[in-house]
Amino acid sequence: MFGKLSLDSIPYHEPIIMVTATVIGIVGALVVGLITYYRKWGYLWRDWITSIDHKKIGIMYFLVALVMLVRGFADAIMMRTQQAIAAGGAEGYLPPHHYDQIFTAHGVIMIFFVAMPMVIGLMNLVVPLQIGARDVAFPFMNNVSFWLFAAGVILVNVSLVIGEFAKTGWLAYAPLSELKYSPDVGVDYWIWSLQISGIGTTLTGINFFVTILKMRTKGMSLFRMPIFTWTALCTNVLIILSFPILTATIALLTLDRYLGMHFFTNDMGGSQMMYVNLIWAWGHPEVYILILPAFGVFSEVISTFTKKRLFGYKTMVWATVAITFLSFIVWLHHFFTMGAGANVNAFFGITTMIIAIPTGVKIFNWLFTMYRGRLEFTAPVLWTIGFIITFTLGGMTGVMLAVPGANFVLHNSLFVIAHFHNVIIGGVVFGMMAGFTYWFPKAFGFTLSEKWGKRSFWCWLVGFYLAFMPLYALSFFGAMRRMQSYEQTEWQPLMIVAWFGAVVIAMGIACIVIQLVVSIRDREKNRDVTGDPWDARTLEWSTSSPPPNYNFAHLPTVHSIDSYWEMKQQPGGFKRELSTHFEDVHMPKNTNEGPILGLFSLIFGFALVWHIWWLVAVGAIGMFVTFMVRIHNDDVDYHIPAAEVEKTEREYHKRLEMQA
Amino acid sequence: MRKRNSLKYLSVMTWLTVPLLLSGCGSALMDPSGPIGQGLKSLIITAFGLMLIVVIPVIVMTILFAWKYRGTNLAAKYTPNWEHSNVIELFVWAIPCVIILFLGILTWQTSHTYDPHKPIASEDETMTIDAISLDWKWLFIYPEQGIATVNELAMPVNTPVHFRVTSGTVMNSFMIPNLGSQIYAMAGMNNDVYLEGSEIGTFRGRSTHYSGEGFSEMLFDAHVTSQADFQAWVDKVKQSPKTMMFPADYDKLAQPSIGAPVQYFSQVSPDFYGDLIRSYKSGHGGPQSHGEHNQAQEPSMPMSAQAAE
Amino acid sequence: MATDTLTNHDAHAHDGHEHHDAGAMKVFGFWIYLMSDLVIFGSLFATFGVLGTATAGGPTSQEIFELPFVLVETFLLLVSSFTFGLAVLAQNAGDRGAVLKWLAVTFLLGFGFVAMEVYEFHHLIAQGHGPDRSAFLSAFFTLVGTHGLHVTFGLIWIATMFIQISRRGLDSVTKPRMLCLSLFWHFLDIVWICVFSFVYLFGAM
Repeated sequence: MFGKLSLDSIPYHEPIIMVTATVIGIVGALVVGLITYYRKWGYLWRDWITSIDHKKIGIMYFLVALVMLVRGFADAIMMRTQQAIAAGGAEGYLPPHHYDQIFTAHGVIMIFFVAMPMVIGLMNLVVPLQIGARDVAFPFMNNVSFWLFAAGVILVNVSLVIGEFAKTGWLAYAPLSELKYSPDVGVDYWIWSLQISGIGTTLTGINFFVTILKMRTKGMSLFRMPIFTWTALCTNVLIILSFPILTATIALLTLDRYLGMHFFTNDMGGSQMMYVNLIWAWGHPEVYILILPAFGVFSEVISTFTKKRLFGYKTMVWATVAITFLSFIVWLHHFFTMGAGANVNAFFGITTMIIAIPTGVKIFNWLFTMYRGRLEFTAPVLWTIGFIITFTLGGMTGVMLAVPGANFVLHNSLFVIAHFHNVIIGGVVFGMMAGFTYWFPKAFGFTLSEKWGKRSFWCWLVGFYLAFMPLYALSFFGAMRRMQSYEQTEWQPLMIVAWFGAVVIAMGIACIVIQLVVSIRDREKNRDVTGDPWDARTLEWSTSSPPPNYNFAHLPTVHSIDSYWEMKQQPGGFKRELSTHFEDVHMPKNTNEGPILGLFSLIFGFALVWHIWWLVAVGAIGMFVTFMVRIHNDDVDYHIPAAEVEKTEREYHKRLEMQA
Repeated sequence: MRKRNSLKYLSVMTWLTVPLLLSGCGSALMDPSGPIGQGLKSLIITAFGLMLIVVIPVIVMTILFAWKYRGTNLAAKYTPNWEHSNVIELFVWAIPCVIILFLGILTWQTSHTYDPHKPIASEDETMTIDAISLDWKWLFIYPEQGIATVNELAMPVNTPVHFRVTSGTVMNSFMIPNLGSQIYAMAGMNNDVYLEGSEIGTFRGRSTHYSGEGFSEMLFDAHVTSQADFQAWVDKVKQSPKTMMFPADYDKLAQPSIGAPVQYFSQVSPDFYGDLIRSYKSGHGGPQSHGEHNQAQEPSMPMSAQAAE
Repeated sequence: MATDTLTNHDAHAHDGHEHHDAGAMKVFGFWIYLMSDLVIFGSLFATFGVLGTATAGGPTSQEIFELPFVLVETFLLLVSSFTFGLAVLAQNAGDRGAVLKWLAVTFLLGFGFVAMEVYEFHHLIAQGHGPDRSAFLSAFFTLVGTHGLHVTFGLIWIATMFIQISRRGLDSVTKPRMLCLSLFWHFLDIVWICVFSFVYLFGAM
């Protein structure tokens, strides 16, 4: 009846998990209780869960990402604690069975359920506003993407309490992830959470690609697009071209595990080398999917806060395009030690280094944007400067790893761990935090506390160097990644420094939470009435904050790159005048089908993990029927009457006048 | 002011790590004991130095520009609409290009010099050792001496060794950090790496590629010895009553175990290494169903029958 | 106007124009989806390319492929692509009856294709040449099966379109959907031609 699932699947004997589960349970019950007490279920369902508003979907992505950041970080600090203890024969407090799940979960969660939703969340919030659109091209699909992603998130978290997660490392290399070597449900959780959320990501990629190409407002040619939109466009190209490879690869592993096929098995003709090639053919573009939008954020931030045009806009665009293209021909550098010939290794080593050229150009362009500017040291700017320095170092160690000879001794060591945290924390996390602080007032109408934002930055920066510089050093002494314990007591002091670094990063995360709480408390004091708190340059700042659900009462016309800045520079300055003539605005309607599809996909995935075949059928049929209902639903859009638009706009102008 | 102090602190932090990387007293990679390791050490330092040519100016410029053009410094020049300069564009493209050109040439050459499959030129004859990764231990076969060991390796000093590397389980990676390059061990595949020890001593070797529960303890000692000591070691191994015949003895050894003790085998079946690799190509599902990580839970076999529907 | 596609025009744009635009955007979006689907097929083709000879002592492609049978399958699918083209022509002419007629013919041809493929798979499995026999057979079943699954979804889609068009006729909702379905169907045809050439033809030689 319940497949492999039984009461024994719950790890009662693991105190750490049980305590965590209890805490999550209590917090969850509290949240549910509060929502019920304040009778907010209807509001939540109508205004958020079923919403097709790109701004709200963006906010939900980012919120989930922040929650999962805490979960992923809990894994991180547990690992650092284990390695700070388990030296010279000491076993530490985490047995391999548990430790192996933790480093797998940490990688999966941080990449798929923190970094990705942060990037996609920012894209959702910002891109339609930047291009002067009222929503994305396919608003319903956007909602579905979010709920498929949410299903993946829930599945990963369910694995904490029911059954276990994979013990294979975040990419689940075959044949270790084959049924023979991982007979438990851990890998199945990995498969279905990534498969379901991955399909959501592909849909997002298609959606934003079409949105950016087809929905730009009048006058916005490709080379007048804000640079963040350009990086989002390139990221979506990468998503469209690389995520299907992940889908196919996971599907093949699924067939091996569920139907006894032999794609990646040791015997019967399977090829584990093909798995490694396929997974990195996706995996390498994936890191650029994450970093390109971060580059876009830095470009916007640096140009806004130096009060100066971005230096070399066209170069910046072409560098981004070059990186997009090159990211597909470097994947083999993840496994130089597999034994390919010298020519092959050298080729992929050199293509990898070539990526350093456009990246270096970008860094120089940011520097020359600061040059002869008026740099204001706000929190987003601190994140940006921290990024330039940290990322340059990370890029350098990346090029060292790209030299096959050096890679033969550095591969699989802590050097690799230090390198990719160097670029992912220093690049993606710093970028997303900069973007979060920068666009938060756009989403909510009040600015975040600068004080706590800067505290968070310093904790993250110092914590990062304390946590990862020791790992670079340790790698030269032969310390490998994924060690649950090690013999050499002389490594322990540096491991303890690294642990301390993680604690400092924890303080950084705490600062983000405090920043949110304090800013919400002081929201009236930090209120931004104009919609343009930073005196910024691009279209999203020309409408009110938070923008009305139709974004722009009249779609703007664009004449140059920094179009909003140009408007403000015109003689007499830019005045937010109330238009005299309003028209109905055509908008999509909220959807029940999106969250319901997500729910059935969750049931589908969970049932497949546990081989509960009747429930698989329920999930599959549920998804199909929901989809059919959607197709036959004609009631998907409406017009906001001109009178209502006028009312909203009048209120905005009243606020503006009051402030003046 | 706070900003400046912190940036200073940051650059100090960065600079602290550099000597740490380069000093390398007792460091496996910076104080290697074999020609391959020594070559790779100088390669790492060269690449590092080449990149510092651009990395240091970038960091200095970042701090300098950020400070000089801070909003409160109204004395600094301000050109809000300046966005392009051909000269600067030329330099920002040319400098990375030149550095990468040099690094590219270095990469091309060293990829061939240090190709793991390339024999080491030497007056002494190259000897062969087969390294087989199992769950979670290393089986070493000495085909020329007709002996085998678990988790212990001996090799004469200044003699190139041809390691043939395969796996009897999931993917692993064979590495002795003090000697140099690593190479993946994969079932059914014959990989190889040439290494040489130039100093007498005992070095730790390990699997560097995560392979499951016992991965952290998948370690072995590699003794680089004098020729005489090596012969004595071989004789010692030959005293062992145990043998390593394929597939019977192998299947027993291949059962998963963590922290397996050192074992000696005085006899090995001929072409043990080849037999093991061929067993994966036979189409009968490899040798015995060894190496299942979780014996207790027999997986419910998937529904091939359903696939047939 | 009922569509879940949003366009970017102020409302004073003529509604008719907006219809046209929403449909065009939907078709464009569907093109992009097809490109990403093509990457999936590309991955499966690459997999087959790598594993095509990994028979592990099991049957080789020469031993199990029956070209005449596959040729009939191919013929059914090619003709169905042609009949779908006729359905689209009928749609352009605004002839609902003809659209329904050609949809039905296309459905039958596609159904024949899937039925033959199911028979072929069943036959192979009954002989002990199932997908769990060797990596080559895993790759073969997965590549051909994925295409077959796509055709099956196409059939469900055709049936849905048949019902929708017979209920509401050719309007701003059904027309773009027909165009997307037409792209999908021709796309599957092209993929099949690749399957036929690279898998069956090269395999049988």
